[in-house]
Amino acid sequence: MSSDVPSTRDFRPTRRGFLQGGAAGAALTGLAARARAQDAAEPVPLDQYEPQFFTAAEYAFVLAATARLIPSEGDGPGAIETRVPVYIDLQLGGDFGQAADWYMEGPFQPDADPLLGYQSPLTPAEVYRQAIPVVEEFCQNRMGAGFADLSPEDQDSVIKALEQNKDPLSGSDSGAEDTEVVESGAGGGASGGSAEPATSQPILSAELRDFFSLLLQNTKEGFFADPMYGGNYQMQGWTYIGFTGARASFKEWVDKHDVPYPLGPVSISGERA
Amino acid sequence: MARQDPKKDVVIVGLGWTGSILGMELSKEGVEILALERGEDRKTVPDFAYPNMIDELKYGIRYGTMQKPKNSTVTIRRTLDETALPYRHLGSFLPGDGVGGAGVHWNGHTWRPMENEFRLRSYVEENWGAEIIPEDMQIQDWGVTYEELEPHFDRFEWMAGISGQAGNVNGEMIEGGNPFEAPRSRGYPLPPLQQTADAEMFAEAARAMGLHPFPRPGANASEAYRNEYGMQLGPCNFCGFCERYGCINYSKGSPQTCVLDALKRKPNFQYKTNSEVLRVTLADDGKTATGVIYWDEEAGEEVFQPADIVILGAYSLHNVHLMLLSGIGQPYDPATGEGVTGRNYAYQMNGGTSMFFKDVDFNPFIGSGTVGMSIDDYAINQIDFGAEGFIGGSYITAGRANGQPIRGIALPSGTPGWGAEWKQGIGEWYGHSMSIGSHGSNMSYRDVYLDLDPTYTDKHGRPMMRMTFNWKDNDIRMTQFMKSKIEPVAESMNPDLMQSSYKGDGAMYDVRPYQTTHNVGGAPMGADPSTSAINRYLQSWDVHNVFVMGASAFPQNIQYNPTGAVGALAYWAAEAIRKDYMPNPRPLV
Ligand SMILES: Cc1cc2nc3c(=O)[nH]c(=O)nc-3n(C[C@H](O)[C@H](O)[C@H](O)COP(=O)(O)OP(=O)(O)OC[C@H]3O[C@@H](n4cnc5c(N)ncnc54)[C@H](O)[C@@H]3O)c2cc1C
Ligand code: SF4
Repeated sequence: MSSDVPSTRDFRPTRRGFLQGGAAGAALTGLAARARAQDAAEPVPLDQYEPQFFTAAEYAFVLAATARLIPSEGDGPGAIETRVPVYIDLQLGGDFGQAADWYMEGPFQPDADPLLGYQSPLTPAEVYRQAIPVVEEFCQNRMGAGFADLSPEDQDSVIKALEQNKDPLSGSDSGAEDTEVVESGAGGGASGGSAEPATSQPILSAELRDFFSLLLQNTKEGFFADPMYGGNYQMQGWTYIGFTGARASFKEWVDKHDVPYPLGPVSISGERA
Repeated sequence: MARQDPKKDVVIVGLGWTGSILGMELSKEGVEILALERGEDRKTVPDFAYPNMIDELKYGIRYGTMQKPKNSTVTIRRTLDETALPYRHLGSFLPGDGVGGAGVHWNGHTWRPMENEFRLRSYVEENWGAEIIPEDMQIQDWGVTYEELEPHFDRFEWMAGISGQAGNVNGEMIEGGNPFEAPRSRGYPLPPLQQTADAEMFAEAARAMGLHPFPRPGANASEAYRNEYGMQLGPCNFCGFCERYGCINYSKGSPQTCVLDALKRKPNFQYKTNSEVLRVTLADDGKTATGVIYWDEEAGEEVFQPADIVILGAYSLHNVHLMLLSGIGQPYDPATGEGVTGRNYAYQMNGGTSMFFKDVDFNPFIGSGTVGMSIDDYAINQIDFGAEGFIGGSYITAGRANGQPIRGIALPSGTPGWGAEWKQGIGEWYGHSMSIGSHGSNMSYRDVYLDLDPTYTDKHGRPMMRMTFNWKDNDIRMTQFMKSKIEPVAESMNPDLMQSSYKGDGAMYDVRPYQTTHNVGGAPMGADPSTSAINRYLQSWDVHNVFVMGASAFPQNIQYNPTGAVGALAYWAAEAIRKDYMPNPRPLV
C-alpha cells in the first residue's frame, strides 16, 4: 500500500495549502521549494491545512479527537505537534482508506463475534465518514455541543463511551452500571451480540463498531510512522521515546549492554533529529 | 478456452523456500522445469534496498510483502456449528506472496524437531499408554524418522547459513549448546550471533536455576558465508527490521540470498511471475496429474501447462487448497473422521511473561529476527505427559527482534491505551522492558481441519478454503505449565514489574492479533493412507506424480518453528524424486 505516496516533502502541508489543486506533488516540488524558501519550510498550521479526504466538519472532529488520544500536555509531543490529523487524512484518501488490500466481498456479518475479525462491509474511509456524524449527534444530544466544543474532560468521557461502544446514559437500569462498563465483549468466549447487557445501547451500529479502534490505531501510526506519510513531524514521536527510525545498523552496539545509544533518529529521506 | 503451452518435465507451484529448493535440486537431473509464482518478482536490490525497506508502516503494519486478502484468503470458524467468515485483513498469520514467499519476511528461527516428535503417537503409547490421549486428539507418527532426515536437516542448515551452537554432535555433548537436542552429524555452519542484554539476563537467571540456556539457532548470518550453491551472505547488522521485511543486507537466509541467483543461471530452469495456479489437472483415471491450469495475469488468460511431475510448494494453506480444488485425496470429514485432505490442521501455542526494569536500557531497536537465548528443559522429550496431564512441550526463549513502535510498546497492565497516561507510559517504559516467551506444540484434533467454504469464493470464482480451528484444553494445560516454569525465572530477575499472558481456560481463537505464520497440517504425511494424504516421500497417495512440500505435511505441530523441518523434508523429498521416482515413476510406497 501507499506506493502512490510521493516523497516526504510533497506531503508537507505547506505545499498542499499553497498549491491547493492537488496535482501530483513530485512535479511541483522544485517550484514549491523556491516559493516557500523564506519561511524555513514551516508547514501550514493544522487549522489552515486543506484536507484531501475529510470535510471541514470531519477534520474538526479528527483534530479534536486525536488531541485527546495523544494530548499535548505533559512530556513529549501530542497528536497535534506531530501532525497526526494530516497523516490520517492522507491515509484515508489512499489505499488504506479504500481497503484496497482487503477481501470485501459479501455476505457480510458485521455483528459477528469480534474475535472473528473485521466484518463490516464498509471501508475505513466509509467508517470514518459515517461514524463521525453519529458521534457528533451523540455529543449534541448528550452534552449540548459538538465534540470539538466540549471540555477536554467531556471529550474524554465521549471517547471512553466510544471505546466501549456503549451509550452510558441509555437504558434506565442505573444500579447495574458499574459492572456493565467493564468489558467490551472482545474478551472471553461469549459470542457477539447475545451477551450484550440490555440496559446500554451501542452508540455506533455494528458496521461502524471498529471506528474507535481504527481511529486509535491510525493516531498511533501517525505519531510513529516515517514523516514522509505526513505525521511524526520532525520525528518528534521517535525522539520522545528514543526510537532510532531508519538507522538500521547496529552491529557495533549489540554488545554494549545497558549503554544508551548515542544517536538520534533518521528518516527514510535522510533527515536527522 | 485455456491456452496450452509446451510440456515441461516438472512444474513447481510457488517459488518460496520449498519451490526454490526443489527447483535447484531437480534441475541437477537436467530436466526442464517451470516454476509458476502467483506474485511479483523480488530481488534484494532494488526491492529490499535501504532505506526504503526500513518503513514500519508500509511493511510492518500494511504488510507490503505479504499476501493480499483481496487476492487470496481463507474463511475461519472456531467450531463446527459456527458460520465461517472471511479473514478480511491480515492479523493472526501472514502468508507470503511473490518470489521468495514467506522466506523473504520470516525471522529465521531454524530448529530440528525432537526425535520423539516424529513418532509422537508411538512415543506416547509406549510410555504412558493410548489411554492418556484425549478422545478427540488425532496425533500421528510422521512415517519418517529423525535419523532418516538428519542429513537433510544438515543440508538445509548449511544452505541457509544458520548461526548457532551445537549441543550434541554424534552423541558427544558440547558445552553451551542444547543438551536436549537430537544428535547432529556436525555443528552449525556459523557461530552464534552476539547477544542482546535481555537474552543474557535471561540466560544468567536460567543458569542460576539449574537450567540449560543456549543461543537460539537462526538464519541471520553471524559472519560472512558462502553456501554450496556459491551464494554469499554478509554478517547481520542487527537492523531491527527482520520479521516482516526483506533483508537490506544479504544476511538473512532466504530464497533470494541462498538459492535464486544460482537457480536462475540453470539453463533448464524457468520461472514465471504473476501466474497463479488455479488447479492441478488429473488424468481420466485420477491416478496421475497431467499438469496445471494457471491464470496468466499479463496475458489475461488461463493457461494449461502440461507436466510429468507437479510439485506443490505454495505454502501449507495453499497446498491444501489446491489439493481440495483438484480432487487430490479424499476430503476429510470430521463427522466420520474419514478422508485425508484437510485433516489435522494445527497451529502454535505460545505465551509470554513481560518484565519491566526502570534502570536497564535495552536499546530495543537493536535486534535481529533470531538473536536470543533459549532453554529446552521443558521440551517435549523432558515432560512426563502422564504426570502433568497434557501432551506437548515448548521451548522458552528471550531475545530482541525489534523495537518498532507502531507494532506495540509493552506497558504495565492497567496503563490506558490512549490519553495522557498512555503518553507518559510510552515515554517511561519504551526501552525498559523485555519478555520471556514460550513457543509450544499444538496437537491435532478431530474437529480442527480445512475444507472448502460453502459460501465465499475468491477472485477466480473458486470456493475459498475454510479453516475450522480452536484452542483445546490439552494445549492450554501445556501453556499454563510453561507459565508456571517461566514466572519463577522472571521473578528471580527482580524486575520492577512483571505480567503474564498465556491462554487460559475456555480461550477462543482470536484472528486479530498476530500469533505466528506456522499454519501446519491439512495434508499430513504418514505410513497409513487412511490417515495421511501423502506418503513418507511427500508423494500423494492417490496421484503419484504430485509431491506436496511444506508444513502441510505435519500431522500435528511441533514445539518449534516449522521451517527447519520444512527445509529438511524438501531435501528428503527431492532426493527421493531424483534417485527413485524419476528413473521409474510410480507410487514410492
Ligand atoms: C512473519 C513471518 C515470520 C516467520 N518466522 C519464521 C521463523 O522464524 N522460523 C520458521 O521456521 N518459520 C517462520 N515463518 C514461516 C516460514 O516463512 C515458512 O515456513 C516458509 O516460508 C514456508 O515455505 P514454503 O515454501 O512452504 O512457502 P513460502 O515460502 O511462503 O512460498 C510459497 C510461495 O507460493 C506462492 N503461491 C501460493 N499459492 C500459489 C498458487 N496458487 N500459484 C502460484 N504460486 C502460489 C506464494 O506466493 C509464495 O511465494 C515465518 C513466517 C512469517 C510470515
Ligand atoms: S536483522 Fe540482520 S538478518 Fe535480519 S533483516 Fe536485519 S540485517 Fe538482515
